[in-house]
Amino acid sequence: MKLLTVNFLTCSNKRCSGTSEAFPLKIEDAKLAIQEIELKPEFLRNILPRVDWNALLISTRQLGNHSLPEEKPELTEESDEVLLKSLHNVLLETEITEGKMTCGSCGHVYPIYEGIPNMLLSETEI
Amino acid sequence: MSRPEHIAPPEIFYNDEEAGKYNTNTRIQSIQAEMTERAIELLDPEGPSLLLDIGSGSGISSSIAESFGHVAVGMDISPSMLSVALESQDVEGDMLLADMGNGVPFRAGTFDGVISISAIQWLLNADKTCNVPQRRLNRFFETLYSSMKRGGRAVMQYYPESDRSQQMILDTAKKCGFAGGIVVDHPESKRQKKFYLILQAGGMRALNTSEMSVEDEKVDAKKRKSKRKHEMNTREYIEHKKDLNRKRGRLSVPKDSKYSGRRRKVAF
Repeated sequence: MKLLTVNFLTCSNKRCSGTSEAFPLKIEDAKLAIQEIELKPEFLRNILPRVDWNALLISTRQLGNHSLPEEKPELTEESDEVLLKSLHNVLLETEITEGKMTCGSCGHVYPIYEGIPNMLLSETEI
Repeated sequence: MSRPEHIAPPEIFYNDEEAGKYNTNTRIQSIQAEMTERAIELLDPEGPSLLLDIGSGSGISSSIAESFGHVAVGMDISPSMLSVALESQDVEGDMLLADMGNGVPFRAGTFDGVISISAIQWLLNADKTCNVPQRRLNRFFETLYSSMKRGGRAVMQYYPESDRSQQMILDTAKKCGFAGGIVVDHPESKRQKKFYLILQAGGMRALNTSEMSVEDEKVDAKKRKSKRKHEMNTREYIEHKKDLNRKRGRLSVPKDSKYSGRRRKVAF
């Protein structure tokens, strides 16, 4: 599961949606892998305004990566390749293959297996 | 043949055997591919987009969306189908094991667009005592609406059981804030008829569903047959069929050589 997706994913429980503790989901016991993907500059320009930078900082720090700047970088027309490539690497190429995500509000643990998170809830939680 | 929804809930109906069909059955694959391309055409995205693929299954629709330059996130309730998608390695995007009737678990304004192929009719089933179809429909459309950016479009191909199911789905979508309608391709043909629910989440783009249908082309049966006979002798077709048979595990497939597909002298 890519870090880009973690930046958008919330808890499935309807009582949690909207609360600030439910997003981003807390990542633990994560195994990472790098999956090489073709660079998509147009897509990055499209999606960057929607990326929650604070949440991204929280998630990357939970994974042990402290290399991102505190402020969201600006992507202008002449933005250099290096910036694009590093954003691309963090958001689209870093995969969480195993691990678990916990909701800060209800405590539900979502396991990640083979890169796929299990977002199903038990009958009592629906 | 009874409808799949009447046989079992989706996570049970799509077991390993059924999921395997999506890998080997070329007819299923070509129909799903055609519907995906039509859905993306109706979606009319403005550049490389983040798309949600509901009921992504074996990943056919997600990988086609990716071939158009988009990034797709898929969700499906069947672990067997997701396994098939993982093994095929055709899908670059993420996939989630999730129940759409329980909502779309993404924060507000996430997606540029949404596609769904042959999935949402499964919402109308009450296959567990805790499942109330109307409640599931509500939860699905509410959360879908909020997860889309303003002006985003959702195109969902599905198989409605009756006019009543169509109405229920459209009414619920509208109650949750969507504008839109249903496009029917090939309305005259019983076999080829396809229903696409097109919804727009606010925004200023015009949506005129009455102008979007594809009418039937009356293809002469004779013309159709002769076209197929022509195709069958080409070398390409023969190699394609040989590949398929090798993939299916047949051991006696003849090897390719310079004689494959060569015109033989008429014996009689």
